[in-house]
Amino acid sequence: MVATTLSKAALFETGAAKATARRNRLLSVPALVIIGIFGVLPLIIICVYSFLVAAPYGGVQWQFSTDAYLNFLFQRDIFDDTLQFTPDFLIIYLRSFLFAVVTTVICLLLGFPTAYFMATRAPAQRNWWVLLITIPFWSNLLVRTLAIMFIIRDEGLINNALMALGVIDKPITMLYTNFAIQLGLLYAFLPFMVLPLYSSLEKLDFRLIEAAYDLYATRRQVLWRVIIPLSRPGIIAGCLLVFIPALGAYVTPLILGGGIHLMIGDLIAQQFGSGRNWPLGCAQALILMAAVLVALFFYVRNTSGRIQHG
Amino acid sequence: MADPRNIDIKDQPGFRSIAIICLCVLYVPVLILMIFSLNSGSLVTQWEGLTLGWYGSALLNEEFHSAAKNTMIISVTATIISTTTATLAAIGMTRVKPWRGLSTAFMIINLPLMVPEIITAVATLSFFALIAGMFGLNFGIGNLILAHTVFCIPFAYMPIRARLEDMDLTLEYAAADLYATPWNAFKRVTLPLLVPGIMSGAALAFIVSFDDFTITQLVAGPGQTTLPLYIWNQIRRPMTPEINAISTILLLVSILFVSVSFLIARRRAN
Repeated sequence: MVATTLSKAALFETGAAKATARRNRLLSVPALVIIGIFGVLPLIIICVYSFLVAAPYGGVQWQFSTDAYLNFLFQRDIFDDTLQFTPDFLIIYLRSFLFAVVTTVICLLLGFPTAYFMATRAPAQRNWWVLLITIPFWSNLLVRTLAIMFIIRDEGLINNALMALGVIDKPITMLYTNFAIQLGLLYAFLPFMVLPLYSSLEKLDFRLIEAAYDLYATRRQVLWRVIIPLSRPGIIAGCLLVFIPALGAYVTPLILGGGIHLMIGDLIAQQFGSGRNWPLGCAQALILMAAVLVALFFYVRNTSGRIQHG
Repeated sequence: MADPRNIDIKDQPGFRSIAIICLCVLYVPVLILMIFSLNSGSLVTQWEGLTLGWYGSALLNEEFHSAAKNTMIISVTATIISTTTATLAAIGMTRVKPWRGLSTAFMIINLPLMVPEIITAVATLSFFALIAGMFGLNFGIGNLILAHTVFCIPFAYMPIRARLEDMDLTLEYAAADLYATPWNAFKRVTLPLLVPGIMSGAALAFIVSFDDFTITQLVAGPGQTTLPLYIWNQIRRPMTPEINAISTILLLVSILFVSVSFLIARRRAN
């Protein structure tokens, strides 16, 4: 690390290299422009849209209004124009939050031992494990969700097997339930937990474990007082990588919830489809974004705090 | 208690079983889906016999052809644009003295990774609706290409930047010392060393574009069906193992590209 910094400094000593280095900055312009126009600007547009009035057939009318945010918690009475507290959306947000928390916790409970086991294998075997976890990480989420759907359907594999064995005589309804969504989220995001945990555990200094055993620590003490504290950055990163996409999940509840059990993602998409209320959809998206920013802030504060304490 | 020297200090009880359970949980549903693509019966979950017929009927299907064509046009174009710009950006952000705004630039590049997909989807939809309404601009399938390029850039950027940071800078220094012009030093020294990073980045960009459902579904106009959208349309009809066959093809493409990217990265490590 020190050597790299030194040689990097040396590289920029020469005059010509200095000029190149300055010109090199401009190389990042195309990527920044593309993301700026087609990534950042759209986010600004939905901020503006959330303060406008919905047009009857989708889209917006350019007229200032805070109705979108009011509608999030209240419904205007048609007759006397009073606001009535309607917690429908809030319930969907809280339910999504609960789904995301349960997903994160169970993924951590399953993912930590898996990542630790992977990190303690011989290098050749380790590579195979990493590849096996990496493949589902990058595989099509729609197809993976479909695979879960085929298994838990009324005429799916589980029900067929149980009926053939005579355990049940009527299929157990699993699809389009909260259970289905929870299962789908776990299945979707488990690799998102294992990989960051693994990359943190892989760097673990096993001499510290040896030292702990030398000092008469039990296995359990080694786990809770040495391994887990040392892998804290990986645990936080993994939890964040599961929690954020689980909170905004769209595909999983769409397919496994069947439109009965909504999560935030479906709710937002609905406003742009059949709901035809773009400003409300934008406001809902921004409220989700705020929740994500809180999670990210928590992450930054936690990790930077750790560096300060050394 | 056993003598500590006789036990493997790294082991924790039960961790092996949990790891194996995780692997089974991840793979069994997908394997079942793949196996049923070979089912000769017309039910997705009732096994009757072995056939490749569903692959035949999937591959002969007109709608599948047009979806596959759209997907390839979008993914390949988005991969080329995003990998090129990501490579330039990675050089512009590592081979420089830290400049003001560097951390902001880094945040902008990574922004698409932090924003939940559904938000990106509705934001992009609103954006294209706005420019269509105000300026009458509609790029057709270009809308999807641009939307995909945005979220492909950070995926292409990560391995390229990692490669640049691993690279031995003294080589570039030596080239400069031997009177190579900056461009020649880049072309003859940096770029050849960077190729594995670029390939790995391009593979990842291609997969995320190829597999994207959420953003495509909201942004796609009529006639812009991609393969994931085609599968979604099929789910809503009575299902036959044809859908398993198409799903299997999609999975195999992902597996191929992930493995390629992984092998390149591993060769780098060794």
